[in-house]
Amino acid sequence: MANSLAREFTKGLWQEIPPFRLVLGLCPTLAVTNSAINGLAMGMATIFVLFFSNVLVSFIRRTISSQVRIPAYVVIIATLVTVADMFLAAVFPQISKALGPYIPLIVVNCIILGRAEAFAQKNSVLPTAADTLGIGTGFILSLTLMGGIREVLGFGSIFGVKLLGEWFEPWIIMILPAGAFLVFGGLVALVNYISSRKAAKAAEAAEAAAHGM
Amino acid sequence: MNNVVKMFLNLVVVGALSGAVLSGVFSKADPMIKANKEKELREAIFIVLPDARDFKVFEKTVGAEKLIVYKGIDASGSPVGVAFKADGGGFQGNVGLMVGLDREYLKLKGMEVLEQLETPGLGDRIREEAFKEQFKGLDVKPKVEYIKYRKPEKPNQIQAITGATISSEAVVKNINNAVSKVIANFPLDEMNKPESAPAAAPVEAQNGK
Repeated sequence: MANSLAREFTKGLWQEIPPFRLVLGLCPTLAVTNSAINGLAMGMATIFVLFFSNVLVSFIRRTISSQVRIPAYVVIIATLVTVADMFLAAVFPQISKALGPYIPLIVVNCIILGRAEAFAQKNSVLPTAADTLGIGTGFILSLTLMGGIREVLGFGSIFGVKLLGEWFEPWIIMILPAGAFLVFGGLVALVNYISSRKAAKAAEAAEAAAHGM
Repeated sequence: MNNVVKMFLNLVVVGALSGAVLSGVFSKADPMIKANKEKELREAIFIVLPDARDFKVFEKTVGAEKLIVYKGIDASGSPVGVAFKADGGGFQGNVGLMVGLDREYLKLKGMEVLEQLETPGLGDRIREEAFKEQFKGLDVKPKVEYIKYRKPEKPNQIQAITGATISSEAVVKNINNAVSKVIANFPLDEMNKPESAPAAAPVEAQNGK
């Protein structure tokens, strides 16, 4: 049991890491990752909505008739996003200001509805919680990584701390939308390269084992 | 038929619960959000009028527009200048500023950015200290101007941010618009009338950096 929960969690960190593998949730991935802190904050807000909405969906999966499940999910997700938005504006006005219009846009983040459809409505609460936490953590890591790369190249700093000296001429394109596509493409290529290497190694090992017999 | 009733009930219950949760959260969060906005506004007034200890609010309706001016006063109640908001379009959205003007309506005392949606790393550098600092003591007559790539030569000029001319221009344009409206509608003698000394000096002046 614990083993399968761990598997549900860890698959979100590599095999199904959202932006690079599932290629879901690209709007926030491209739009808010111009600094590491923005990526991190967006990731945190998303995991909050993802976790609570999918656990709720899993709870009510037998009560909701399947014809109206999508509108019901959308209402749940929208409610949670609005709560998150109001909470940030009331308690952390600075973060709310920095993320601006992106918080309301979590409603249309396809990871959330995607996980509700693909996982939460078919599984009980515990595996759903593990799944969303894994996918959410993968999302936080991806956004922070992208934000970090773009911030280092575009500002010469990371989390607002100057990393590169005066000699460094910031690549302004990296913090503009075009930079998001460049970094995203690079990371997708890297992830694909690593996994194809892994697959090739595994195939080799299998062949060797077969010959060894 | 049964299924129709079930679908109906499902959506009604989900909708009603969602409404209940939202109104509950809203009733708690709304006063806090309003208080945050209010605090931000007050702090901005004391930033652009550093020698003010309190302020009085003056309102005038000109056409369809409502003009609000905050008259800053020091501990003895004598006026130190006026603060007012300056809004207008920037590169991507509204650029909202708080502007401080001295009591002769000749020089700016400071500028603070309240809201902006400019490009991160380029236009949003209008929030940087180095840029805002340029507006202190700047002549508003004949009007504020910006120049590019070199240090300002005249007392009414600031240097625009490289790569963010449109945002810099928006700041200058908003300030000029707001200043001319204030000068036209709030006569100097009214703004220079002493007020009764503030009861207790608010501490926001020290909090605002």
